[in-house]
Amino acid sequence: MSQDKTVLIANGQGFWGDSLLGPLRLVEEGPLDYLTLDYLAEVTMSIMQKQKLRNPEAGYATDFVEMLRQILPTCQKKGIKVIANAGGVNPKGCLEAIQKVVKELGMTGIKIGIVEGDDILEQLPELIASGEKFKNLDNGDAVDSILDKMSSANVYIGAKPIVDALAQGADIVVTGRSTDPSLVLAPLIYEFGWSMDDFDKLAAGTVMGHILECGAQCTGGNYNDWRNVPDFARIGYPVVEAKADGTFVVTKHEGTGGLVNIDTVTSQLMYELGDPVNYLGPDCTSDFTTIKLEQDGVNRVRVSGVKGSAPTPTYKVSMSYEDGYKIVGQLTYTGPDAIEKANLGAAILFERVGMYGKPIPEADRFVELFGTNVCYKGIVKQEQEPSEVLLRVGAKSHDKNLLNILARELAPLITSGPVGVTGFAAGRPRPTEIVGYWPALIDKTKVTTRVIVEEV
Amino acid sequence: MARVQLFDVAIARSGDKGDGSNVGIKARTPELYEFLRANLTTAVVKEHFKEICFGDVKRYELPNLQVLNFILEDSLGGGGTETLIMDAQGKVHSLALLHMEMDIPDALLA
Repeated sequence: MSQDKTVLIANGQGFWGDSLLGPLRLVEEGPLDYLTLDYLAEVTMSIMQKQKLRNPEAGYATDFVEMLRQILPTCQKKGIKVIANAGGVNPKGCLEAIQKVVKELGMTGIKIGIVEGDDILEQLPELIASGEKFKNLDNGDAVDSILDKMSSANVYIGAKPIVDALAQGADIVVTGRSTDPSLVLAPLIYEFGWSMDDFDKLAAGTVMGHILECGAQCTGGNYNDWRNVPDFARIGYPVVEAKADGTFVVTKHEGTGGLVNIDTVTSQLMYELGDPVNYLGPDCTSDFTTIKLEQDGVNRVRVSGVKGSAPTPTYKVSMSYEDGYKIVGQLTYTGPDAIEKANLGAAILFERVGMYGKPIPEADRFVELFGTNVCYKGIVKQEQEPSEVLLRVGAKSHDKNLLNILARELAPLITSGPVGVTGFAAGRPRPTEIVGYWPALIDKTKVTTRVIVEEV
Repeated sequence: MARVQLFDVAIARSGDKGDGSNVGIKARTPELYEFLRANLTTAVVKEHFKEICFGDVKRYELPNLQVLNFILEDSLGGGGTETLIMDAQGKVHSLALLHMEMDIPDALLA
């Protein structure tokens, strides 16, 4: 293995709903070996399970497939491989949809790999019978209380099955609930032949994954010194130049907007960080207090020194369950006396809902006057008499109909409440399901992943 | 000594962690990091967020990055998926922390 070999890895999607311009521009505007795309958040799996219940062919990120339609010809021409956790709860369905797109594009010789085995929803009874507890990691609660309401259960799997798919020649790899850093770590293991017990290297790849996983959040997006960031509109998504020794440079394509410096990279390293010494992942435990950053030219930050250790014997499991409904509607109240009138409006609303026969309990009601420092409560001095506030009013309930009554009674406040209400343009709000989140652990030996690679 | 907001001496980023948030804060110089390490204690941060954070505040140190990482438990008005508040994911807890005023030695502000 030549020490000079450089592998270029980018992330073009920081979350489900990120700009389509990210991946489209990344494959066009510069050299690249791997394009990774992160689609999954904690509650995404639950939404996808519901879609699959309605339609057995659904349950994956359909916009990923439509995006592929636009980038695949360029990817094939330039030899760019694509790795995404877009399979949701139906990687097989995603595979079939991609095959259809490849055929429609008239392309051949494309190998598509999928990773299955993270979805353990249907195996839960036998897993529990075999001794798995699935206690809530945050509060230690027993899983029994939510078992009959469970809507998804997925294991955060690691890089190995993605490596296997790449080794079988896959040009596109789609997983279910793999960790975000695994999408980035896998091509490094594959390209450099890293051993699965070389924990410093695996930790370096994990840190790389953490830096990349939110897309433009490491290239100037959501950064404090925002006035120093040039050309936000054309912000460059991150590209990493990786070396076999585990060191890498974070950069972005020439001519793109945004900024890569020690502060933009550090900002992303801090994002959603817990205990920095024990950053737990499926393949290793990484120590963020060993990371060394250096500016290495304009828009280039070199990362080195990362130390890691053996992973824990468990995988993290992300479960979700149905936990009733919530609703929030909004009206704008203008002054004079905007605060007093908005509070009165909310009180009238709850009283009227009660007049239908069933009041909403105090504890389930929600009132927030946006414009009165709700985000900086107790921190920034509140303006005594703002000339306008946004009333956000709503409730939580297991009774969907009760929330529909609240929704219906919101607009009448304009004509039958205190003066100065406007801004009902958003229309009548709808109740949405509350997806409860239940993090847990599972013994690694109980999880079996499967890799399928098919050529079109 | 000058009374300044932490905006002048640090940058920060925050996000959700269960029913709480994490706020990472990076000092702009190694000297300021040492000052914040000594003075930006969990008690000071808890008091600053007293109307937002209703659980414990934990702190981790990353001297290699000049970073202190705070965990604000019970600070999102319920779990990340069920809360109704505007800042449901603690996205601007970072800027909320940087609003804090501190007396900082002139030598560190040069």
